[in-house]
Amino acid sequence: MSFKRIWALFVARNYEFVRDRAGFGWNILFPFLIVAGFGIIFSSDANTPFKLGVFSLAPKSVVIEELSIPERLKSSDYIKIVPFETYDQAIDKLLHHKIDLLVENKGSRFRYWINESSPKGQILEKIVRESVLNEEIFLDHLEKNQIQGANIRYIDWLFPGILAMNIMFSSLFGVGFVIVRYRRSGVLKRLKATPVTAFEYLTAQMVSRVLILLFTSSVVWFGCDLFFSFQMQGSYFDIFCIFLAGTFCLVSMGLIIACRGTNEELTNGFINFICWPMMFLSEVWFSIEGSSEWVKAVAKGFPLTHFLSAARKIINDGATLTQVSSEMGILLGMTLIFLTIGSVLFSWTK
Amino acid sequence: MSALVNIIEVKNLIKSYNGQVVVDGISFCISPGSCFGILGPNGAGKTTTVEMMENIIDLDSGDILYKGAQRGKTFSQQVGIQFQHTELLSYLTVEETLKTFGAFYQSHLPVADVIELCMLDNIKKKMNNKISGGQRQRLLLGLALLNDPDLIFLDEPSTGLDPQARQHIWSIIRGMKHQGKTIVLTTHYMEEAQNLCDTIAIMDRGHIIEQGSPDHLIEQHCKEEDCPKNLESVFLKLTGKYLRE
Repeated sequence: MSFKRIWALFVARNYEFVRDRAGFGWNILFPFLIVAGFGIIFSSDANTPFKLGVFSLAPKSVVIEELSIPERLKSSDYIKIVPFETYDQAIDKLLHHKIDLLVENKGSRFRYWINESSPKGQILEKIVRESVLNEEIFLDHLEKNQIQGANIRYIDWLFPGILAMNIMFSSLFGVGFVIVRYRRSGVLKRLKATPVTAFEYLTAQMVSRVLILLFTSSVVWFGCDLFFSFQMQGSYFDIFCIFLAGTFCLVSMGLIIACRGTNEELTNGFINFICWPMMFLSEVWFSIEGSSEWVKAVAKGFPLTHFLSAARKIINDGATLTQVSSEMGILLGMTLIFLTIGSVLFSWTK
Repeated sequence: MSALVNIIEVKNLIKSYNGQVVVDGISFCISPGSCFGILGPNGAGKTTTVEMMENIIDLDSGDILYKGAQRGKTFSQQVGIQFQHTELLSYLTVEETLKTFGAFYQSHLPVADVIELCMLDNIKKKMNNKISGGQRQRLLLGLALLNDPDLIFLDEPSTGLDPQARQHIWSIIRGMKHQGKTIVLTTHYMEEAQNLCDTIAIMDRGHIIEQGSPDHLIEQHCKEEDCPKNLESVFLKLTGKYLRE
């Protein structure tokens, strides 16, 4: 093994990354687009879970406080009031699931319409019904308790998932796809004709991609933090270790995809075939708690599941490295397995 | 006095792809300091033969000896290779490409010397994806010469070049010969082979159908009065005039 050769390949790969203006620009722009997207989603009312249509109203001059609907519906942070001029306009939106429930803005009798095939409509109906009852009647039947400690906002839970997802896509496409392209175009064949070994080449590719990903992830992290002030409960060193291990593991996975093949379309399809189930089952966007056991078992086979579990424990719960040692061990073990398979199966030309 | 050791000995080489034999039991030797040309129609097995000699693809059977011994781990340090179709890292400059490849070898010629030799000075700061086909061929030749190899494989080095660029490539190859380097050349240009090669092997359908010096081949196969005395006549006489692909 020659460190001189690894360094030369590492530097060359970094030049390639930085000088490819389109690719580099996208890698820098993408995190900011994510930040901007989150800014829009979480600072506007677009994340209001329920949409309540109200007719007949003049949409441009609606004053929510003056509506003739129950006060609890008007004041809820989780219900967005959508005004309509006519019944026909409103019912069409209800039919197409654009709103979850429709009420009439009239005094005496409170009339509402619901699309029976809408799950959110069913829930909103219960809220609407409850809103016309006197709250006193609940007191004898229900007892409200607050959870202890700081609340975890959804964005604090989601953010590690977004970062890990970005790393997953960049690892698999940035290593797997690029190496297959190099193989097809003969770059790898030219390298095979030199004293460079497969181990040296793959090491340089891995280290380069890991550093690039850690850099871009840091940009996303601090960029998002400016807008959302994340609640970081654990230590930055611990989270760095988990991100390092997770990134190495996903890049190693990319090496398995890259070990053979010259067909870029096939590789593209194969990477997507791996990425999409991993993204959904590893709880990037939503929890799979309550899913069937086999779904949870499949999820445990994905490195992203363990990466995210450890990252969330540190960021959201303040766990230490010792407390996430099982996830860390699994990630390191998977990295070793992926690297071994990738190195054994690697071909410069086939 | 010790006998001159062949720099390359190829013995009964066989290679098949998907059950089709593309190189069928060929044998030949290459003496040090010579230019050995391999000619043949498309699909004759030239590139497969050369890539087996370069250690790029595995042999099915047979043997290839380098300086009388099996090719060891240092083989790639001692040979220079220019492939027929190669892309390079798009976003490295010509000079950076040479420096990067130079770092792969235990020792190499000064990059500035290679740049001068291959007339790359005016494009040394250009990215690889911005240079012309002829400039790219010169760079690929520079990469093949970078480690100051004893043995140089050139697979169609002047394909697609204009006459000036081709003459320049030829002059570099002649210079290498004068320095005592051994060159293995495949080409479709008969003029190129006739001008540069000391020995020529003509391949067809995986076999070597004729071998000798250009003069010897012309003398032997162009005896008729109406036969032009050149290598192209020899080639067409031996391989036929019908299209292969």
